[in-house]
Amino acid sequence: MTKTTTAASRRRREAGLGWLLLAPSLIIMLIFTVYPVLRSAYLGFTKYRMGMDAPEWIAFANYTKLWGSSTFWKVMRNTISFALMTVIPSMALGLGLALLVNRKGRHIGFIRSGFFYPSVMPMIAIASVWMFIYMARNGLYDQMRQSLGLQAQDVLSHKETVLPAMAVMYVWREAGYLMVFFLSGLQSINQDLLEAAAIDGATGAKTFRYITFPLLGPTTLFVSTIAFTNCFKLVDQVIIMTEGAPNNASTLLLYYIYQQGFTNMNYGVSSALTVIMLLMLMVVSLPRFFSQDRKIHYS
Amino acid sequence: MKKNRIIRPGAVFLTVLSVVLALIWFAPLFWLVTTALTKTSFHMSFLPTTPFTLDNIKYVWNAVPFGQYYINTIILVVVTFCIQFVTSTLAAYSLAFMEYRGKALVFVIIFMQIIIPNDVLIIPNFMTLSEMGLIDTKLAIMLPFLGSAMAIFLLRQHFKTVPKAFGEAAKIDGANLWQTIWRVYMPCAKPAYMSFAVISVSYHWNNYLWPLIVTKSPTNRTLTVGLAIFAKSKEADMQWSNVCAATFIIILPLLVAFFVMQKQFMNSIVSAGVKE
Amino acid sequence: MKKILALVLAAVMVCGLAAALAEPLELTMYFPVNVGGAVAQLIDDMTAEFNKENPDIQVQAVYTGNYDDTVTAIQTAIQGGNAPDLFVSLATQRFTMDSTKMAMRLDDIIAADPEGQAFVDDFIDGFMLDSYVEDGAIISIPFQRSTMVLFYNKDAFKEVGLDPEQPPKNWEELVDYAQKLTNDKRYGVAIALNSGSAQWAFTGFSLQNCTNGVGLMSADGKEIYFNTPENVEALQLWLDLQNKYHCMAPGIVQWTDMPTQFLAGEVAMIYHTTGNLTNIKNNANFDFGVAFLPAGRQWGAPTGGGNFYITNGISEERQQAAWKYIKWMCSTERAAQWSIDTGYVATRESCYETPVLKDYYASFPQALVAYEQLPYAQPELTTYSAAEMWRILNDNIQAAVTGEMTAEEALEAAQEQGDELLDDYR
Repeated sequence: MTKTTTAASRRRREAGLGWLLLAPSLIIMLIFTVYPVLRSAYLGFTKYRMGMDAPEWIAFANYTKLWGSSTFWKVMRNTISFALMTVIPSMALGLGLALLVNRKGRHIGFIRSGFFYPSVMPMIAIASVWMFIYMARNGLYDQMRQSLGLQAQDVLSHKETVLPAMAVMYVWREAGYLMVFFLSGLQSINQDLLEAAAIDGATGAKTFRYITFPLLGPTTLFVSTIAFTNCFKLVDQVIIMTEGAPNNASTLLLYYIYQQGFTNMNYGVSSALTVIMLLMLMVVSLPRFFSQDRKIHYS
Repeated sequence: MKKNRIIRPGAVFLTVLSVVLALIWFAPLFWLVTTALTKTSFHMSFLPTTPFTLDNIKYVWNAVPFGQYYINTIILVVVTFCIQFVTSTLAAYSLAFMEYRGKALVFVIIFMQIIIPNDVLIIPNFMTLSEMGLIDTKLAIMLPFLGSAMAIFLLRQHFKTVPKAFGEAAKIDGANLWQTIWRVYMPCAKPAYMSFAVISVSYHWNNYLWPLIVTKSPTNRTLTVGLAIFAKSKEADMQWSNVCAATFIIILPLLVAFFVMQKQFMNSIVSAGVKE
Repeated sequence: MKKILALVLAAVMVCGLAAALAEPLELTMYFPVNVGGAVAQLIDDMTAEFNKENPDIQVQAVYTGNYDDTVTAIQTAIQGGNAPDLFVSLATQRFTMDSTKMAMRLDDIIAADPEGQAFVDDFIDGFMLDSYVEDGAIISIPFQRSTMVLFYNKDAFKEVGLDPEQPPKNWEELVDYAQKLTNDKRYGVAIALNSGSAQWAFTGFSLQNCTNGVGLMSADGKEIYFNTPENVEALQLWLDLQNKYHCMAPGIVQWTDMPTQFLAGEVAMIYHTTGNLTNIKNNANFDFGVAFLPAGRQWGAPTGGGNFYITNGISEERQQAAWKYIKWMCSTERAAQWSIDTGYVATRESCYETPVLKDYYASFPQALVAYEQLPYAQPELTTYSAAEMWRILNDNIQAAVTGEMTAEEALEAAQEQGDELLDDYR
C-alpha cells in the first residue's frame, strides 16, 4: 500500500518536474506558434482593417474575394513558379556540387566554402548587391550583355525576367547550402558498395544511377522540404529589389501577406493569406512527416 | 594501380571544373569587396578601375549609426542564444528522460514549430506583441525564438545517447538535477551545442523581416534593418559604392567567422537538419 | 515640530520641482527622407538646435527610411501602441490619418494659439491644399514639400543643335527634343515608373492634359477619374516615348537611379523632384537647366512631399510641445534655409521676402523655377486608403508599360479596383 503510494507520488513528482522543465519553451511555443496559427484561422474569417475596433465575422468572404482576384492568382502563380525555378535547380546543383567536392584533397575545404559562403550572408545584403548586378544598362549583367553585342535587358523591370533573375541569385545562395546535406548523405553511403560496383565494372554514371542516387533518396526528400520551406519564407529580396514590380510580377505570397497586413493594414485578408501559406507549408512538409513519424513516437 | 591511371584525366577535369565554379561563386563577393574599398565612379565595373580608399566605409559609418546597430545586433544574438541555451536544455532533458503523459502532444507542437517558420506568422505575432506592449523593444525581436524546437530536438537526441549509468552515478554522488545536467549531459552534448550556437547566431544575425516589423527606433534596429533602410533610401549619388560599403560592414564578422571555422559551420547545418 | 515638517515639505517640493525641471518632456518624431542621407542629418541638426533652445522639451528625431517605409512604420507603431508623438509623413496620407484617427485634427490647437491663424495663413495655398480633410479641418502642416520639375542637360542640347535656353514647352516639343537627344549612349528623357513614383509623375501629366480641372481625383478623396480619355492619352504618351519614339528607356526606370544616370550623362532630361536640386547642383560636371514640366492642354505639375502630423491621443502637454516644435521647424527663417540646403520648396510666402532666399535665387536662378510653377501645381493622387490606391494605380501603369494591357485597359482596371476600394468610404 505505502509502496504504491510512494511510487505514484514519485511518478507525480516526476511528471510535475518534467512539465516544469518544459514550461519555458512550451509557453513560448504555445504563444508564438500554436496561438498565432489559430488566430490566423479565426481572423481569416473576419473583416478587420485599420481603424476598426474589433474584427467582424464575414465567414468565407475573404476567401471568395481572393478566389476572384486576379492579383491573388498571379501571386500564387509567382510563388509556385519561383519555388520550382529555385528548388529544382538548387537541389540539382547542390547534388552536383556535392558529387564534385566529395573527395579528399588539399584545397577541397576551400572550394566547399566557396560554394557555401553565400548562405552565411543575410539575404538582405545579397539582394542589395545583386540589385546593382541587375541594374539597368549600367549594371554588371547588362554591361556583360552589351559587351557581347546583345541588347541591355534591364531584367528587374520586365515581367518575363524578374523572377528568373531573382531565382538565379537565389540558386547561387542556396545551392551550396543544400550541397552540404547531400555531401553528408554521400558520406554516409557504405564505401564497400561502391567499391564492389567498381570491381564489377560499373561506370561512374551507372554507379550513380543504380546505387548512389537511390541511397540518397531519404536525403533528397528531406532536402526538398527544407528547400521549399526556405523558398516560401524568404522574401527579403522582393522588399529590397522590386517591391513586387512590375505590376506584381515579382510579388511572392509572403510579401503579399506583409503588404496586405502592414501597408494596407488589412488584417482579415492577410490572415486568410497566412492560412493559405500554412496549408502550402504542410504540403511540402509531408515527406518530412513520413520519414520522421516513427522517430517521434518511439519516445 | 591500373585504376588510378584510368581515373586521372577525369580527376583533373573535375578539379578544374570545381575550381572554376568556385571562382564564379566568389565573383559577387569579390565585386562587393573591391567596390566597397575603391573610389566611387559613375560607371560600374567588375574589376576595380579606381584607387583604393576607405572613404566609402567612413562615409557610411558616419551617415548611418552602424555602431549602434552593431551593439543592438550583438546584444540580440547573445541574449537570444543564452536564453535558448537554458530553455532548450531543460526541455530536452525533460523530454529525454522523464516520464509523464501528454508528451506526444508536446512533440506535435515541436513538430509544428519546425515546419512553420516564424516569418510566416508575422501578422498574428505582431498583434500579440502589440497587445503585450512590446513593440519596438529588443525583447520583441527575441521573444518568439526563445523556445526553439530545433534546439530541443537536437539536444534531446544527443542526451539520449549518453549512457544512463552516467546520470545515475552523478545522482548517487549527491548531485542535484541542474548539476547532473551541467556536469554530465552538457559536456557529452558539446557538438550539439556548437551546432545550435552556429545556427542560432547566424539566423539572428541575418534575420530581417521580423526585426523590420517590430523595431522602430535606432536604439533597437538590427544591422539588417539598418542596411535595408540605407539601401532603399533614395541615396542619390553613385550609390553602389556606399551600399557595398554598408553591406561589407554588416557581413564581415559572420563571414570571417565562417572562413575560420568552415567545417563547424557546415557540420552544424547538417546535424541540426538531418539528425532531427 | 511644525516648522520642521514645513521645512521638509518645502524641501520635498523644491526637489520635486527641480526634478520636474531637470526632466524635460521627451517627444519622439518619425521622419522619412526621399532624397539623400544628408537631409536626414540636417533634420537631426535642426532638432538638436531646437532642443538646445528649449531645454524643457527634448525631441528625438527618428529616421524611418523612405516615404513608403515610413508610412508602414507609423502605421505599425500606432497599431502596436508605440506611437511617436509626431511624425512627418506623406501629405497624401491625410484622409487615411483622419479616418483611422491616427493623427489629430489641429484646429483647436491653432485656435488656442494667438499666433496660430497667422502662422497657418502664411503657407503657400498650393501646399495648404492637402492639409484639409472633411469639414475643412486641418490635419497637417506643410514641411518638406516639393514639386516636380524638368532637369535638362544644356551641354547635350547644344551638342544636338537645340537651344539650351529653350527647354521643351509642350508635349510635342518634348517628344521632338527627346528623339533628337537620343543616341547610342543616351536616352532623351526619363520618368520614374517604379511603384511609389509613377503615380506622382502621372498626376502631373494628368493635370497637364485634363479638361476637368482636377486630374486624377476629387478634392474630398472619395472619387477617382483614372479612365478619362485625357488620362488614357497621357499614359499613351509614356508608352509612345518608350515603344514608338524609343527616346525613353523601356521597362520600369527606378526613381533612385535617375539622378545618377542624369549626372553620368546617360539621359538628357529627367522628371524629378526639386528636392534633388542641391544634389544635382553639387555633382553635375556639365551645365544643367531646370524648367517647368512641358504643358499638354495647360501647364500642370504635382506637388508632393511630407507634412507634420501630431499623433492622436497624446496628452495635451505633449500636443503643445509638438506644436511648438512644428512651429519652430516651419518658421520663416528655417523654412527658407531648409529650402536652400535641400532644394525643397520654401513653404511660406514670407520666406520669399527673406534676404537669404533672395540672395540664393539671385545666385542660383534654377531654384526659382519650382516656386514659379506652383500656381499650376496641385496635390498628387490623394484618396482614402491612399497607400492601397497608390499601389492600384502604379500596378496598372506598370501593366501598361510591360505590355500586359493597353493604356485604356490599364486605366479602366485601375478605375474599377479603385472604385471598389473607395466604396467603403462613400
